Amino acid sequence: MSETNSRPAAGARIVLRDVTKTYPGQAGPAVDSFSMDIAPGELIMFVGPSGCGKTTTMKMINRIIEPTSGSITIDGEDVLSLDPNELRRRIGYVIQQIGLFPHMTIAENISVVPKLLSWDKKRTRDRVEELLAVVELDPKTYAARYPRQLSGGQQQRVGVARALAADPPVMLMDEPFGATDPITREKLQTEFLRLQEKLSKTIVFVTHDFDEAVRLGDRIAVLSERSQIEQFDTPANILANPANDYVSQFVGHGAALKRLGLIPVNQATLGPAVPVRGAIEVGINDSLRNALDLLVLSGGTPVAVVDAHGRVVGSIDIERISAVLGAEIVPSALTGARP
Amino acid sequence: MNNSFFSDFGLFLTKRSADIAESAAEHLVVVLVSLLIATVVGVGIGVLVWNRPIARSLSIAGAGVGLTIPSMALLALLIPVLGLGWVPTIAGLAFYALLPIIRNTVVGLSEVPPAVSESAQGMGMGPVRTLFRVQLPMAWPVVLTGVRVSAQLSMGIAAIAAYVGGPGLGEMIFKGLSSLGSKNALNYALVGTVGVILLALLLDAAFVLIRRLTTSRGLRV
Ligand SMILES: Nc1ncnc2c1ncn2[C@@H]1O[C@H](COP(=O)(O)OP(=O)(O)OP(=O)(O)O)[C@@H](O)[C@H]1O
Ligand SMILES: [Mg+2]
Repeated sequence: MSETNSRPAAGARIVLRDVTKTYPGQAGPAVDSFSMDIAPGELIMFVGPSGCGKTTTMKMINRIIEPTSGSITIDGEDVLSLDPNELRRRIGYVIQQIGLFPHMTIAENISVVPKLLSWDKKRTRDRVEELLAVVELDPKTYAARYPRQLSGGQQQRVGVARALAADPPVMLMDEPFGATDPITREKLQTEFLRLQEKLSKTIVFVTHDFDEAVRLGDRIAVLSERSQIEQFDTPANILANPANDYVSQFVGHGAALKRLGLIPVNQATLGPAVPVRGAIEVGINDSLRNALDLLVLSGGTPVAVVDAHGRVVGSIDIERISAVLGAEIVPSALTGARP
Repeated sequence: MNNSFFSDFGLFLTKRSADIAESAAEHLVVVLVSLLIATVVGVGIGVLVWNRPIARSLSIAGAGVGLTIPSMALLALLIPVLGLGWVPTIAGLAFYALLPIIRNTVVGLSEVPPAVSESAQGMGMGPVRTLFRVQLPMAWPVVLTGVRVSAQLSMGIAAIAAYVGGPGLGEMIFKGLSSLGSKNALNYALVGTVGVILLALLLDAAFVLIRRLTTSRGLRV
């Protein structure tokens, strides 16, 4: 790679071709002829029911599991031709059970890969401090602690920091926020998105939770048995046009609401900036879902839309929100609801 | 009578203090050397077998059966092969010390959560590094408990090693027992026995200290 500036290495391209895994003693394959092209810097979500092969597929990328057949390349290099340990030091790996080393301090845990790569002491120490700050744990308080002295959510952050330590171009994350309560989980997701905006790594992220996939993913692969790809597209496209019944079922109820959560208010054609009764207003960069939420509170009267400086730049109502979604269903639903 | 016994015993202690100290020191050395050998071999076997069900069952069962061989018989069996003195003593003691160490190494390694080993692997540590940097350090408190049990076991068996001409306090006990009725017979037996008990207590205290010093604070509950 020819890098002139000191920005972190951007992601790598990952290509999987007809990757199959049959576990010894099993009749059928756990992953059957899986192919996927992942662009550098993309955040790909694998969603699917338990046992469909998400973890198996992911673990073949860093060769924790060896494929039975097929090929996997990272930036054109065949992973099977590389030394597995060298390969893994260039791939950040976060597992669901976190797997911190209990006998090492937080700082030592984060230093593992830098040490394997023979970084000098100072560089390693600086990196640990930097990463702890990135995951919002005060180095002074936490660096010398042991994992058991941290809460589950804090441990999960350390797990992410540890995977980021040597600034790997690729990250594999298997339900990294699985073991946390919904509130912590949402906070971790927000931090993670903010982080990825800066780092733009290539990330494969496994989750059970379709809403998490919608929230985080650039593209989502909806998987069924034997890791078959039912649909592989952006969250908006999957929500708008589920490929088949399987995907629709996975999307679940409230697809329209989920879509609105992805679209900012500025995508709607705003109404006139009329002075609006009460103080109900929504930011122009908020999601349409928030706007709808406020509309429900306002009793249907249009809500004022304000820009970053708090100036009213327009208004929004149900029809304008529906229009953004294409509005095939909504008008009939509305008429149907009227007596 | 009582008075004369104690003054007798006191006299014996002062007169033989050099001998007694030497025997005690030898006793301790023979135990420590065999313990060291048993630890290296036992941890080695534990590491090799813990993840292989058949080998694990075989080695634990084998060492368990070994432990039921009367020590006198085993030591006698060693004479034709190893002769008399330090060598058969150390070999015999190390043999008995193996079982608790193998068993605890296997238990300790099995208790390392698979997720922890997998994350080590996933970071590119390789099996040997993972063993020395993650698995063994995590299993260490359990392994050490096994060594401690072996230490107690060896202390007692070492006394019997006098039978094959081994060094240590056993010599005094045997001397006493073989000359019952003679003047110092009781004194010898008593010094030997109490000496072994005191050494055992001392060594056990040392293990408490070693445990504190060598176990990561992150593993202390
Ligand atoms: N080591 C193994 N040996 C044999 N079969 C396995 C092994 N690991 C997984 N499987 C099987 O392969 C299939 C896929 O498992 P995998 O762990 O990839 O599923 P998953 O999608 O990650 O599920 P979950 O959401 O529950 O984590 C399952 O049917 C599982 O039983
Ligand atoms: Mg899984």
